[in-house]
Amino acid sequence: MSKIELPLTTESRKELKAGDLVELSGVIYTARDQAHKRLVSLIEGEKELPLDLQDQTIYYAGPAPARPGEIIGSIGPTTSSRMDPFTPAILKAGVKGMIGKGNRSDDVIKAIKRHRAVYFVATGGAAVYLSQFIKKMELIAWQELGPEAIYKLTIADLPLVVAIDSEGVNVFEK
Amino acid sequence: MTSNNTRAGSQVLAQLIANYQDAAAKKMPLCQDCGYITAFAKLGNMVVIENGTLSEAIQGGVAAAYNNHNLRQSVIADAFFERDNFKPRRMARIHTSLIRGEVLKITIMPKGGGSDNASRIKMMKPTASPEEILEFITDTVKETAISACPPLFIGIGIGGSFDTVGTLAKKALLENFEKPNLDPKLDKLETYILEAVNKLGIGPGGLGGDVTALGVSVLTGPSHMASLPVAVNINCNSLRSVELEF
Repeated sequence: MSKIELPLTTESRKELKAGDLVELSGVIYTARDQAHKRLVSLIEGEKELPLDLQDQTIYYAGPAPARPGEIIGSIGPTTSSRMDPFTPAILKAGVKGMIGKGNRSDDVIKAIKRHRAVYFVATGGAAVYLSQFIKKMELIAWQELGPEAIYKLTIADLPLVVAIDSEGVNVFEK
Repeated sequence: MTSNNTRAGSQVLAQLIANYQDAAAKKMPLCQDCGYITAFAKLGNMVVIENGTLSEAIQGGVAAAYNNHNLRQSVIADAFFERDNFKPRRMARIHTSLIRGEVLKITIMPKGGGSDNASRIKMMKPTASPEEILEFITDTVKETAISACPPLFIGIGIGGSFDTVGTLAKKALLENFEKPNLDPKLDKLETYILEAVNKLGIGPGGLGGDVTALGVSVLTGPSHMASLPVAVNINCNSLRSVELEF
């Protein structure tokens, strides 16, 4: 189990291999269906984004509401393939890491290879367990989307598996 | 690959077990996807509901549960015109059957969107062989299971019509997965399908292994002689339902 600090560097992305079990620490941003649609629409329109995507890691997740006094509610990965149509543009805009669940399209795998990015998976359904690794949550954009808004999360040792590495090797095809 | 779960796959199972324990201890929902509610109501002909309708009571109860217990409301008002995450919406789909007696039974089933997306309906030829039906089921699992949070529970409906076969498959998910089916024909079929699915090697989290599904449940029913509707309703590792009796 190797420990990885965010943001992902060229070096750390090179070392991560499909099938590796890792623990990720640092800052990530949530974005799922509607946020992806909006981000890509802004990118295509050459408009300003609500966050700088360069070298960042995106978590496909929409949390349940936090109980009073808690940092966050249950939060685990949602199905990554729904983000596939948007992902090549998101990677072109600078994103280097993605966290979700399930397989990706051939176009996404090609884009991952082209941009030397990394796709991680977290355990789908383990949302209470996974919430303990989130130390801070902050709204960044589009509050009106509720659980689909963009949140900045500070994570410590979030347990993940490298599903598709920067060479395009895919754990689901192994 | 198929004789055992991989290290990553075993980690998935360990995390899911920890998750069940954490959820109970912290009183938090197992999954951030607190589902779309299907309610199956059985209403006795001697029961009188005062101050409103059965539908209002169920919708009101479901809305209160989500609002008062920090459950994520994932239902939108209209799939085409109103994909607004905060517009008022009905949180439950209700199937009511009218029965004799003084009893009211309601089964509440919250089901996640990801695993419902992984489900399929096929209107097969009435001459289709059991092997062809099995192939449709395993093809569905092969195509969709990785994203549907395996290990899965698989509900299968065979019979009815285009509109009802999906409900039949959903109802199959309410059967007891811990005990063999009391109907030996169905039990044999369920075991056969479960073995075929677990031979696919998809494993926990799709990361490889022989625990792709934890259970298969089949319900069959009448159909038109020209038809053989088959529905595969995939459920993720969080199989959630409660039966209430009044």
